[in-house]
Amino acid sequence: MFITPEILQTALEVGLIYSLVALSLFLSFSILNICDLSTDGCYTLGCAVGAVVTMSGHPVLALVAGMAAGVCSGFVTAFLQTRFHVQSILAGIIVNTGLYTINLAVMGFSSNYPIFGKPTVFSMIKGIGKSTQWKGWSPLLLLAVFLALICLALRWFLSTRLGLSIRATGDSPAMVRASSINPAFTITVGLCVANAMTGLAGALVGQYNKTSDINLGTGMVTIALASLIIGESFSKKSQNMLWRIISVVIGSCLYRVIISIALRLNVPTEAFKLVSALIVCIAIVAPQTKEMVSFERRKHAGMERHVKDTEGRQ
Amino acid sequence: MLELSHISKTFNPGTVNEKRALCDLSLTLEDGDFATIVGSNGAGKSTMFNAIAGSFYADEGRIVLDGEDITFTPEHVRSKFIGRLFQDPLMGTAPHMTIEENLAVAYLRASTGKHQIFSRVSRKEREMFREKLALLDMGLEDRMENPVGLLSGGQRQALTLLMATVVTPKLLLLDEHTAALDPATAAKVLDLTKSIVKERNITCLMVTHNMNQALELGNRTLMMDSGRIVFDVRGKEREGMTVEQLLAKFAQDTGGEFNNDRILLSTEKGDRA
Repeated sequence: MFITPEILQTALEVGLIYSLVALSLFLSFSILNICDLSTDGCYTLGCAVGAVVTMSGHPVLALVAGMAAGVCSGFVTAFLQTRFHVQSILAGIIVNTGLYTINLAVMGFSSNYPIFGKPTVFSMIKGIGKSTQWKGWSPLLLLAVFLALICLALRWFLSTRLGLSIRATGDSPAMVRASSINPAFTITVGLCVANAMTGLAGALVGQYNKTSDINLGTGMVTIALASLIIGESFSKKSQNMLWRIISVVIGSCLYRVIISIALRLNVPTEAFKLVSALIVCIAIVAPQTKEMVSFERRKHAGMERHVKDTEGRQ
Repeated sequence: MLELSHISKTFNPGTVNEKRALCDLSLTLEDGDFATIVGSNGAGKSTMFNAIAGSFYADEGRIVLDGEDITFTPEHVRSKFIGRLFQDPLMGTAPHMTIEENLAVAYLRASTGKHQIFSRVSRKEREMFREKLALLDMGLEDRMENPVGLLSGGQRQALTLLMATVVTPKLLLLDEHTAALDPATAAKVLDLTKSIVKERNITCLMVTHNMNQALELGNRTLMMDSGRIVFDVRGKEREGMTVEQLLAKFAQDTGGEFNNDRILLSTEKGDRA
């Protein structure tokens, strides 16, 4: 079989974990209208911190620690932007660069940090049931339930007064200033929440792969953006916030499925980044191309009609 | 009561682009005053509004609103009690959020404590928004779930007016808020403005380029030139004033003619929108 259930399962598992990063970009990029390029470093930070805490025997606490690390990273990025008016892209790059050393330090100045001999959240859930089926599918179930809760929480958060203020900050800066909202505060909160999700994704992926690697996050922002754009092509800026959030998760899973298909087609590992870039490109270009084609068709039809009309008159 | 005393502001000081936008400007507005402001392009009308609203801090001088010194109060804190409308109807609202969400954001001004930030729009508030929207008579009360981006410029400006006054502000700044609207809509938004300001006795400053409007609306007319208020008329003197006299006064006080085509055009027409 071309796509076996196992391949699909792995794609969905990784897709669900990655979707947290996509949701993070959804918040910073789509909602707040800020380019936060600290994602790569923040993801690795979450993974490193999570791995260290997991190795001390607290897999659940590791997730919280990964989130907390993400919040710190997001806070620094936001602080640079709001306090010193550093441009968002620059602030993200600065933090990203600095995080490289911090990540190394967290892992004891080693470029990787394996998790072994200690329980992870995935081994814990597998341990509940006895059947092989449960052992195979429970990680996916765990992630699905987890993501569902995160989506609902995010939906709730964005409908509170604070969430509305954050949305308004990204949508109309002039209105925000006229509405007694402090944009510095909403940007800070927004980036902290966004990076908390990135850190959480890192902590989860560390336990999933049973290792943390300094280069883990490289290119993560591209992957997350691709997922986000694929996802948003479903929801098309719909008014329904929950649907917009869920479509980002779907986008992320779909992206992983496409990648696994590429893997099945024996694309060499060296070409992988190029394939990823191409997928992103196609995702971005596709809606535009569709529009162009339909316009060309209309133009063509219009011209033909014009020719017929003139012929008819002669 | 609003008191501006000796406000100065220079943009790009020490460069070739140096511009003295406000020069030693002083102004006192009594409670319930509704003053219209006229003046040439670059006279400093919008700059004065920005100084009052806190978009920047004045280089010199003090700003006191209702006895509270707000000279160095940040913009978002001032906006808790200063309502503001811009000329561009797209500026005052968030296009991708619904009417209800926009109003909810504006209504944040009513909240006193930070503990409410995780609360959602209550049914009571939704009812209040609906009632207020109905007053606009634009059918917006039935479209509360629609994104604001779908509304026309006039509807958006009316909504912005509602948002600026949903919590009664101590001061309302109207920066040519009807200039970008078609005449009929402009008249409607202006009527709404008049009724809201009158009903709640809001102290109000309004920039206009329409000389008839400047004399008809409110109880005071201010004229600005080169960052100063050159002329301030109210009461009996204002009642008897004609547009021609106002223009003559301008020429006399500034030693120049109005450079603004929109003002000159508006003086010829008798309509007020």
